[in-house]
Amino acid sequence: MSFINDHILTLVTFVPLAGSLALWTVIRRDGLARIFALVVALIDFVLSLHLWFHFDPGRGDDQFVERFAWLLSGEVTYHLGMDGISLVLALLTTFLGPLVILSTWSAITKRVPGFLGFVLFLQTAMLGTFFARDMLLFYVFWEAMLIPMYFIIGIWGGQRRIYASVKFFIFTMVGSVFMLVGILWLFFQAGSMALTDFLNLQIGHEQQLWLFAAFFLAFAIKVPVFPLHTWLPDAHVEAPTAGSVILAGVLLKMGTYGMLRFAMPLFPDGVTFFAPAISILAVIGIIYGALVAMVQPDVKKLVAYSSVSHLGFVVLGLFSLTPMGVAGGIFQMLAHGLSTGALFLLVGVIYDRRHTREISEFGGLAHQMPLYATFFMIATLASVGLPILAGFIGEFMILFGTFHSSTLVHAKLFAILAATGVVLGAIYMFWMYQRVFLGKLSNDKNRNLPDLNLREIVVLVPILVFIFWLGVQPGFILDKIETSVEHVLAPLGVEQHHESQTSESHHARILPAGGTGSPNFVVLEAESH
Amino acid sequence: MESHSTEILLRWIVLIPLLGAAVNGLLNRKLPRQVAGLLACTTVGISFALSIVVFLRLLGMEAEHRFLTDTVATWIGYGNLSVDLGFAIDPLNAVMALVVTGIGFLIHVYSLGYMAHDQGFQRFFAYLNLFIFSMMTLVLGENLLMLFVGWEGVGLCSYLLISFWFNDEANAAAGKKAFIVNRIGDFGFLIGMFLIGATLLPHLQGGEGLFSFQTLQHHTDLLAPVATVICLLLFVGATGKSAQIPLYIWLPDAMAGPTPVSALIHAATMVTAGVYMIARMNFLFVMSDTAMLVVAIVGAATAIFASSIALVQNDIKKVLAYSTVSQLGYMMLACGVGAFGVGIFHVMTHAFFKALLFLGSGSVIHAMSDEQDMRVMGGLKNKLPITYWTFLIGTLAIAGVFPAAGFFSKDEILWKAWSSGHHILWGVGFLAAGMTAFYMMRLVAMTFYGQNRASAEVKSHIHESPATMTIPLIVLAGLALVGGWIGWPHFLGGGAWFEAWLEPVFSGGHAAHGAVVHSAGEAHVAHDVAMEWTLAGASLAWGILGLGVGWFIYTKKLATADSFKKFAGGFPHRVLLNKYYVDEGYEAAFIRPGFRLSKTVLWKVIDAGVIDGLLVNGAALVVAVVGSVLRIFQNGMVRFYAWSFTIGVTVFILYLSFSG
Repeated sequence: MSFINDHILTLVTFVPLAGSLALWTVIRRDGLARIFALVVALIDFVLSLHLWFHFDPGRGDDQFVERFAWLLSGEVTYHLGMDGISLVLALLTTFLGPLVILSTWSAITKRVPGFLGFVLFLQTAMLGTFFARDMLLFYVFWEAMLIPMYFIIGIWGGQRRIYASVKFFIFTMVGSVFMLVGILWLFFQAGSMALTDFLNLQIGHEQQLWLFAAFFLAFAIKVPVFPLHTWLPDAHVEAPTAGSVILAGVLLKMGTYGMLRFAMPLFPDGVTFFAPAISILAVIGIIYGALVAMVQPDVKKLVAYSSVSHLGFVVLGLFSLTPMGVAGGIFQMLAHGLSTGALFLLVGVIYDRRHTREISEFGGLAHQMPLYATFFMIATLASVGLPILAGFIGEFMILFGTFHSSTLVHAKLFAILAATGVVLGAIYMFWMYQRVFLGKLSNDKNRNLPDLNLREIVVLVPILVFIFWLGVQPGFILDKIETSVEHVLAPLGVEQHHESQTSESHHARILPAGGTGSPNFVVLEAESH
Repeated sequence: MESHSTEILLRWIVLIPLLGAAVNGLLNRKLPRQVAGLLACTTVGISFALSIVVFLRLLGMEAEHRFLTDTVATWIGYGNLSVDLGFAIDPLNAVMALVVTGIGFLIHVYSLGYMAHDQGFQRFFAYLNLFIFSMMTLVLGENLLMLFVGWEGVGLCSYLLISFWFNDEANAAAGKKAFIVNRIGDFGFLIGMFLIGATLLPHLQGGEGLFSFQTLQHHTDLLAPVATVICLLLFVGATGKSAQIPLYIWLPDAMAGPTPVSALIHAATMVTAGVYMIARMNFLFVMSDTAMLVVAIVGAATAIFASSIALVQNDIKKVLAYSTVSQLGYMMLACGVGAFGVGIFHVMTHAFFKALLFLGSGSVIHAMSDEQDMRVMGGLKNKLPITYWTFLIGTLAIAGVFPAAGFFSKDEILWKAWSSGHHILWGVGFLAAGMTAFYMMRLVAMTFYGQNRASAEVKSHIHESPATMTIPLIVLAGLALVGGWIGWPHFLGGGAWFEAWLEPVFSGGHAAHGAVVHSAGEAHVAHDVAMEWTLAGASLAWGILGLGVGWFIYTKKLATADSFKKFAGGFPHRVLLNKYYVDEGYEAAFIRPGFRLSKTVLWKVIDAGVIDGLLVNGAALVVAVVGSVLRIFQNGMVRFYAWSFTIGVTVFILYLSFSG
């Protein structure tokens, strides 16, 4: 057991990769490939439960640390670690993995082993991104995510798959290049690729601004933050269902995770300088994404634009610079992963049957597919943030955190504008629901559609259960991340639990003296577990 | 009953209907109708019985200590934000709990008959139970956020039940409209909560529930500087839920739902949630004269505005719907002049007589083969005797005829408006009361008197409703008749028992506004009693006059009504009939421009044109090149891609490793 405990992060990260290599080499039969991939993903999920149950939420630093020299003469290390934030996002990844694979059962019929290999490969890349604590290692995982997604869209996608996959690839690459330059610059300053060493650097004010911008650009494209979002609807529309679920469920969170893990603690001056502008973009994203979602004729594109809106909430929460807003942002990442993941799965269900997603093709589906309509309703309610469902907790904490932020200028205004998203969300979701499910069953092509089958129910039920569970017992997540949020925000000088009585003193503490950086960096020294 | 074990009943009052909803919802058609119906009625019946037990327990306590609380768990705990999943009861929500579960139970029973032949019988009862669960969460919630949970929950149930017969696109649209308009109100509610939270959070001790009503009441001094803004924001929420100007527009459309739903949700209970919320937050509202005045003015304006529309509607449920909007206006008016207890009193009496009227209209619609247009009704008096007589009692109650329930509560509202110095608002309310009597008698005359104007086919089917429907009518008629007596005022020799019951909850409010007559000096009292007699007499006479005129015109002088239709080129009639064109106005001012902006400007111009077209154009060139290269590999094996990638990465890493 101690071997497992000591190498658990490596195991969780690389078990899917081993599975994908097997799929690309020895497994040739489609049926076997499906079962094999499912088993591998399930094993990985079970392994990740070890993390969940042995994680100590009282500590904010990294746990289960694995570190040894990798490249050069030890300046670059193989360094994995996990705090509460990485934990919950990794669990989201391993939880969705088997469900995604199960959802492809009948949707993917060509080159099945290859496809499933890419899905598992992607799991490894995503998990590695959440666990990496060495910047080069992080960058390798970060870039590695691109490749399987590129192929998943480019080979198994829809009509305009090449356009969409290349657009996806180029958008992301462009951002990453800037980040790579930033990483290299930091490497030469610190003499090592360790995140902890980066955090200990005294970076000049001006440099912080540039570096923050470079990192932020890479992450903002991934989120995506308005106006860098136009790759997303195309990617979603062309991607097969499984690709969309992974994309919306986990991949988009890489951007917000990166902001929180790297861009914010590394460059506090950059955060202070850019936070108002970023908040404006976040608010624009919330409203703009919702309005454009409203007028989409394609259900999947509607859900895609709704992601722009939802992720705007996450970014706003992070840059509210309050522990509550940040925690709400993390919670919203999970809630969005579940609710939007469910929505894409549900859209896939109808696409499998009708090979169209045009809203105008439907109407009155609730007569023909009552169970499907019910599931879709629950996912819709989760998406619009109805209380006792997961989405409400995230939105509430983000908006409340932003509203009472004493560091972000015009925070109240941002919160109020963002809260209009609550109304707009109801408009586009309920209007779409009405046109697809209610009214008369007018289109004869929809007359004999079968309702959800057992496999589809098995895929959806766990997600819906968690949507309820997180809404009723958010402490399930919040307890795991609270100390870690405090820890990761420490370099920003945001104090936890002892919100200052007067905003003046708060301000004085937040704004670092220009040009010197923040002298009070908390050392994120990785302790061996 | 052990004294300390009563608290735990609170959670069961809330949760038992949820159990019913879950069973009915999950098993749905697998459950026989009788079982489904019985289950739904039983769960609400148990909630009602438990509410009575808790009520009796409160009754046995000293007036100042009537408060029980039941904390189930922590809901949200983060930093010093702490929100409990908990329930509490005091005299105020004890009244609400009894009304909701009691009326709820009657309407469940009524629905057994009304929905007997409906395809979605089990689904209907699942939604109805879910509604009771949500409404009780709203009513018994220990803090503002729990109230909001119930608030959103009842909104959802309202949506589901309005669009219950979703085969008709119009019903679906009405449900969606209700949800969205309510969300606009919720927007204000949310911001109000944020402001409360942000104001209190820095001052809280660990573990103190941030939004708990107890906490808020302890810290009114901290909230005082922002009280006006908070109250106005919360009131925005109330205008949505309680259908006040300018957000009332969803309620008349909500009549698309089955009639028991209109009675339960859109008349007796849910729509009074806004009034309840304001009464609950009375300690905050009394700190802001501005907010109170706004509440009072909006209430009075809504009362007269909606009753003017009700004057000319021909759909029996539409008349009742606008009547509900108008009556909710009275409740708001009461709150706005500081008479929260009277507002709640009217919530209760209105629940009796409006539920009765809606269920009565349901009985009529049922008999008329689903016809709702009063122009083809008439002469039903003898064919539906129980429906007719109970309906008449409801009409007398809403018209404020002594000694029916409406007399006591409505008269008390007008009196409180007058005695607090709001003479103009009193005048508005007084005028609307006469209109109310008129349009209700018009409804009765068009429906029950004269000759039946239906087709022979429909005529042959007219029958009195079954016992499951008429018994609730009779019970409600009894309540509409005598239910107001518990508020029998002092000046008529009564004990004003209802007001005394709520006194501990609102004592702060009354003191601040000095609106309590009984605490004023002797001479003042004598003067007031004379005035009270005068005004009560006037409004009674005014109500009877309204009834009389309505009866006279719609049974004897139909020509008068016709001549109004032609008055001034028919313009006033047309405006009223079309509800002042408010829906059309919103459509032109917000909905269509918003849609056009989103579609043409945001999507087509900014997204597709500027960002993708101009900015990504450079990248698009590269895309074209790469794309053409890629096409060469299109036919290759997947394994080729995979391996080429893997090998590439491996070579790269090995290179780096050895180069170091």
